[in-house]
Amino acid sequence: MVFVQSSAETAGRDLLEVRGLTKIFGTLKACDGVDLTIAKGEIHALLGENGAGKSTLVKMLFGSLEPNDGVISWNGEPVTIASPSVAKKLGIGMVFQHFSLFEALTAAENIALSLQADTPLSTISAKARALSYSYGLPLDPEALVGDLSVGERQRIEIIRCLLQTPDLIILDEPTSVLTPQEADKLFETLERLRAEGKSILYISHRLDEVRRLCDRATIMRHGKVVGHCDPRRETPSSLARMMVGSEVKNAERPPSATSGDEILGICGLSRKPAGPFSMPLKNIWLSVRAGEVLGIAGVAGNGQSEFFEAVSGEARQEAGDAVRIRGQQAGRLGISARRLLGAAFVPEERLGHGAAPRMKLSENLLLSRHKTDRRAFIGAGGFVKSGAIQSAAQRIIKAMDVRKSAPDPEAAALSGGNLQKFIIGRELDRQPALMVVNQPTWGVDAGAAARIRQALIELARSGSAVLVISQDLDELFEMSDAIAVMHNGELSKPIPIAEATLEKIGLLMGGAEPGHAHVSAETADAS
Amino acid sequence: MRLELVKRPQQSTLFSAISPLIALCLTLVVGAIVFALLGENPFEALYYYFVDPLRELWSLHELAIKAAPLIIIAVGLSVCYLSNNWNIGAEGQFIMGGIFGSMLPVLFPTFQGPLVLPLMLLMGLIGGAAYAAIPAILKTRFNTNEILTSLMLVYVAQFFLDWLVRGPWRNPEGNNFPETRRFHPDAVLPELFPADGRANLGIVFAIVAAIVVWLLVSRTLKGFEVRVLGASPRAGRFAGFGTTKMVFFAFMLSGALAGLAGISEVSGAIGQLRPTISPGYGFAAIIVAFLGRLNPLGIIAAGFVLALTYLGGEAAQISIGVSDKVARVFQGMLLFFVLGCDTLIHYRIRLVRAAPKADAAVVAKAAEPATEGA
Repeated sequence: MVFVQSSAETAGRDLLEVRGLTKIFGTLKACDGVDLTIAKGEIHALLGENGAGKSTLVKMLFGSLEPNDGVISWNGEPVTIASPSVAKKLGIGMVFQHFSLFEALTAAENIALSLQADTPLSTISAKARALSYSYGLPLDPEALVGDLSVGERQRIEIIRCLLQTPDLIILDEPTSVLTPQEADKLFETLERLRAEGKSILYISHRLDEVRRLCDRATIMRHGKVVGHCDPRRETPSSLARMMVGSEVKNAERPPSATSGDEILGICGLSRKPAGPFSMPLKNIWLSVRAGEVLGIAGVAGNGQSEFFEAVSGEARQEAGDAVRIRGQQAGRLGISARRLLGAAFVPEERLGHGAAPRMKLSENLLLSRHKTDRRAFIGAGGFVKSGAIQSAAQRIIKAMDVRKSAPDPEAAALSGGNLQKFIIGRELDRQPALMVVNQPTWGVDAGAAARIRQALIELARSGSAVLVISQDLDELFEMSDAIAVMHNGELSKPIPIAEATLEKIGLLMGGAEPGHAHVSAETADAS
Repeated sequence: MRLELVKRPQQSTLFSAISPLIALCLTLVVGAIVFALLGENPFEALYYYFVDPLRELWSLHELAIKAAPLIIIAVGLSVCYLSNNWNIGAEGQFIMGGIFGSMLPVLFPTFQGPLVLPLMLLMGLIGGAAYAAIPAILKTRFNTNEILTSLMLVYVAQFFLDWLVRGPWRNPEGNNFPETRRFHPDAVLPELFPADGRANLGIVFAIVAAIVVWLLVSRTLKGFEVRVLGASPRAGRFAGFGTTKMVFFAFMLSGALAGLAGISEVSGAIGQLRPTISPGYGFAAIIVAFLGRLNPLGIIAAGFVLALTYLGGEAAQISIGVSDKVARVFQGMLLFFVLGCDTLIHYRIRLVRAAPKADAAVVAKAAEPATEGA
């Protein structure tokens, strides 16, 4: 790993200089004393895992968030960026990851909405057309946004940004929604902009892109800048190591009994994308055995939520044997029937998916257990036995040490960590044969996270199968007996924990190696 | 100086209880202003409107007659609205219930006996439910907007009834008047206390329906399903509850109750089918449902309030000579203020003095929706 203190610093004056920028949300330091300099005419990469603080930093630069501490200097002058319009006036433009376009309007009308109200539409159309061709981003201003592809929509956002002649353009994960061909086209445009002396802050976690495009990189982890480097002089693995951090706690994990029966079998699972931003699943094979914790790593948006929905039965499959639970074909079954086979599910979103925000904890208990514990919780005539659900809720609250302000509060009144402990506890209370958890400790404080991980490991050691989908590699290394990586809707072969290194996993996460499209069930359980 | 709405961290229990009362007071205040503008003494007008109808026993009976259909329909609508299904067509389901239920006494007047009335009520339930199933099918199969389809079907039902009573179902001995034959005594809903007034079994149906639906919504698994799917559809799917089934359940339950109200009205208060059998009960019940905070027990009280606007409209027309359309004005204002006051449950109002310079940036930020998309 070579740390280069900015070869470009000598090339030109710094356009933007950030010193000690800090943003605190409650007790979380989302950005902790961040330093960053961007020179004129460079493409600067901002690298980091999800939750590393990249978005928070960028929002402060664009005026959407107010920093708690630190100085932002623009062309050597300290400035306060109070709002996006101030940022625009300074010459900072931003292209967001998710677009804010009206589908029923034309491209030109959408652009007009963000400009001065008195500019005639025909002028905007002509300008946009000229600009789009000069940058090699062909765009028809009269086209309805609803008819355009995702790549074309992004062009509108870029043109809209360029029309304001910014000196610094911030691009947030621009290629996450593009095809490789569209991405190539975008890179050409960015290189042309650099040649014109514009600066670009390029946010990504795709290592090959960053190495190809960027002059300098700033790497963030847990809200702090952990390194600056010249990405062209790094290898993908050295970048990955900086991104995910090299120190991994050795979890106290008793050896697993690998000879258990297969509890969850996924055989050739594919799924078409359900919407414009969802990822198709491509021929996924997987086997999780009794007594085992299998981790699925991957950068967000690579198909994890789609995979979770397919396994849970919220999205059913056409083939019954695409998902097998305890040997039974479950592909065509809904979520309740899969629960009856012994499976339990914890989704990523706590409020609104795993729990109904405005309902009491005891009612939320019913959410996932009204079928499996029908006899205990539902009386004659469909009446809910409120005494039974309340005592069960209290049992879970006690077992998982859920801290709360009222005896039976609404789910929304609990902190994220305490609600997650309750949701996990709600499923553990059933002693499920299979537990599938998506992002078990996302946004959860350290104490609760440790409690949750310990509970999941104990469940596996008592003979259940546990499948953990997570973006937190430290967590996966701590819990898992084997780790597979999901990238671009494909799942790699699981790597036994003894052979897994951060470098291997990081490379797979960045898509540096092609996905293993066809791993058979036999090789999948090599652990 | 300007007003700002600030989101409350938790919904206010105080305001969820008193917001219907605030709405009622605001309606009375604005109503008084309207009467003053019409050149009437506002206090006298409000007296004739809201107090006079309550002074005599027979008049209380009339109040029960008007409240019964409003409560029955609104109780069904509360299930619909709680489950996030927007049935606006209760008026049409009310009419269809009336038509279906009237089949027996109109087409088979010779079939008499104690079985007739229960069969008529059953047919009314079925007619309303079947008619409400149409927007449910359209919503689940073609993803159409149920607000539009259910509303448009109201007019279809109204014209269908009009055609029936002028055409095939017209009373052969009725001197060409557009109405069916009068129902025979076995087909008429019995009055409760014939000595005092006209109130019939309808009000009993209303109270029973409200209590049963209240138990259903608040105490059973099905009610839990209704509330979860309405408030957090994704959590509902996670629970394994079927959205499609719920659309049919909510629409057909509210349709059946509207149909029951329809046949009760036709066989009770009217005694035959006419071109118009409802003074807008199906629409006024929407107001009743919200005024009762979608709680069936609250709806009983709200039903009597709305019934009073109908009676008061008639009374005020006679005593001070204002149009009975004023009743509609009151109903509209009531809904307006009820929905408006509901804001207070989730938000509190803050008075902000003229924004100093430093705040200008905050305002500018708020006016920047197009770029806040990430």
